[in-house]
Amino acid sequence: MKQIWIITKRELQAYFDSLMAYILLILFLGFSGFFTWIYGNDIFFIKQATLMPFFNIAYWTLFFFIPALTMRLLSEENRMGTIELLLTKPVSNWQVLMGKYVASLLLIATALLLTFSYPISVSTMGNLDAGEVFSGYLALLLFSSMMIGIGLFTSSIGNNQIVSYLLALFIGIFFQIIFGMLGQSLPGIPGHVLDYLSTSTHFESMTRGVLDTRDILFFAGISFLMLVFSESMLIRKRFA
Amino acid sequence: MDIVVENLVKSYGLQRAVDNISFRVRTGEVLGFLGPNGAGKTTTMKAITTFLVPDSGNIHVGNYSIHEDPEKLKKNIGYLPENNPLYEDMPVIDYLKFVANLHGIPKQEIHGSLLNVIDLCGLEAEKHKKIGELSKGYKQRVGLAQALIHKPEVLILDEPTTGLDPNQIVEIRELIKKIGKEKTVILSSHILAEVEATCDRILIINKGKIVADGTTQDLRNQASGKTILKARILGGNLDSIFAALQKIDGVKVVDFINKDQNRFYLDGDQSKNLAEGVFNACVKNGWILTELIPVETKLEDIFKELTMESPVKN
Repeated sequence: MKQIWIITKRELQAYFDSLMAYILLILFLGFSGFFTWIYGNDIFFIKQATLMPFFNIAYWTLFFFIPALTMRLLSEENRMGTIELLLTKPVSNWQVLMGKYVASLLLIATALLLTFSYPISVSTMGNLDAGEVFSGYLALLLFSSMMIGIGLFTSSIGNNQIVSYLLALFIGIFFQIIFGMLGQSLPGIPGHVLDYLSTSTHFESMTRGVLDTRDILFFAGISFLMLVFSESMLIRKRFA
Repeated sequence: MDIVVENLVKSYGLQRAVDNISFRVRTGEVLGFLGPNGAGKTTTMKAITTFLVPDSGNIHVGNYSIHEDPEKLKKNIGYLPENNPLYEDMPVIDYLKFVANLHGIPKQEIHGSLLNVIDLCGLEAEKHKKIGELSKGYKQRVGLAQALIHKPEVLILDEPTTGLDPNQIVEIRELIKKIGKEKTVILSSHILAEVEATCDRILIINKGKIVADGTTQDLRNQASGKTILKARILGGNLDSIFAALQKIDGVKVVDFINKDQNRFYLDGDQSKNLAEGVFNACVKNGWILTELIPVETKLEDIFKELTMESPVKN
């Protein structure tokens, strides 16, 4: 755990030193705030005490922002050669990956924490369902975890950040849209499997306030699988 | 802590980078790793540091094997990789603290370790600068500092003096020699004079195989197997001196270097004492021996000879 935390601190420092963290926080709060309170299907437009507009916009904002956050995590180490330095220190592949994963998750958690003023504000205007708010935030955190996993994996593949970003979006779009569309058009077990792989199915269920272990297991499972894939990429380099 | 490399094999695709090499480096020994580009030096070093997993063979550092105890093994190694990769966005002191933390140096000792290594590597004036802002020489010092911070038993240095100015090179060589008295050091270099000046033992590797292993003197003997002398003999007829030199036991070739100055070149068997033979011939004939110079084979020549012809010794 100590080694993971050392790497997490170094990554967080890199996020804040490179201004990446500030840019992400400002853009995320700006985007989500604008569409939650000011424009489109905002809270005043739908006239309900619900955070659904915020959850929906945050869901898509995070989809595009997280790969930008994770794209340098391993590709930069590969490009600079510092991965060799890191892996010849007394740390395991998993500790390196977990350190980077936790740093990104903490940054996203901070961004979400800064939006806690939204439910507080809405609750003063109407009867806000606390369970729905809790499970909505949990869904955003779990979805972020999955996207960080995907981003970490695509970042581990090569040494080009742009390739890593685009590849993460490419994989992500399958979970966001394509699996859902295919799941609805295909009959039988393949259809069910693909439907289960669609993030929107799980996300919508959770933002409605339904806490189902299947949804939690889905996000946690994909995150874990992506970390396993990332580790296999690190191992591959050592056997190259 | 000894390093024992046993039957190490590593291939990249069809190319065999390291071909079944074995050697041992003892505590208190500085081993110089020489070889042309692509000979397998860096691959071997990467395998020792556990960064690369070999196709077969094993490496022990002390009692730890790269296969069974990689984490414990890594704790005892200080490694300066080729090209010296560093986190350029970090200030020197933060980076060294990060490395110290990774090595598990206790909190109360970190400050002392940092001061020690900063002093040792001459980084005092640069310690608050970002690594990316440093000159190549100072970056190299940071690389060395991170390798030394946890006082490792074994140091693996891949071209440690690249980018340093002549004064820094001397300082770093002295530092390596000092460390090498108590620890085990492997360093690779393209600068033959550096290896000769710094190392107790030299290992030449070519096309993945060890082609020579020994002290500088051993290598000279092993590579040439002959003694070369330059002599200037006065007081006699050129032809008779020439004929007498040819008759000396062990002499294979006699030639003139400069006829007008009576200078001769003698090439002969290393096992025979040619100098004694020349001296005795002069005494016997009443000639005056004004010069007798043994010609040492240069390390560059040995390196060239061994890596061009690539005889295999394993």
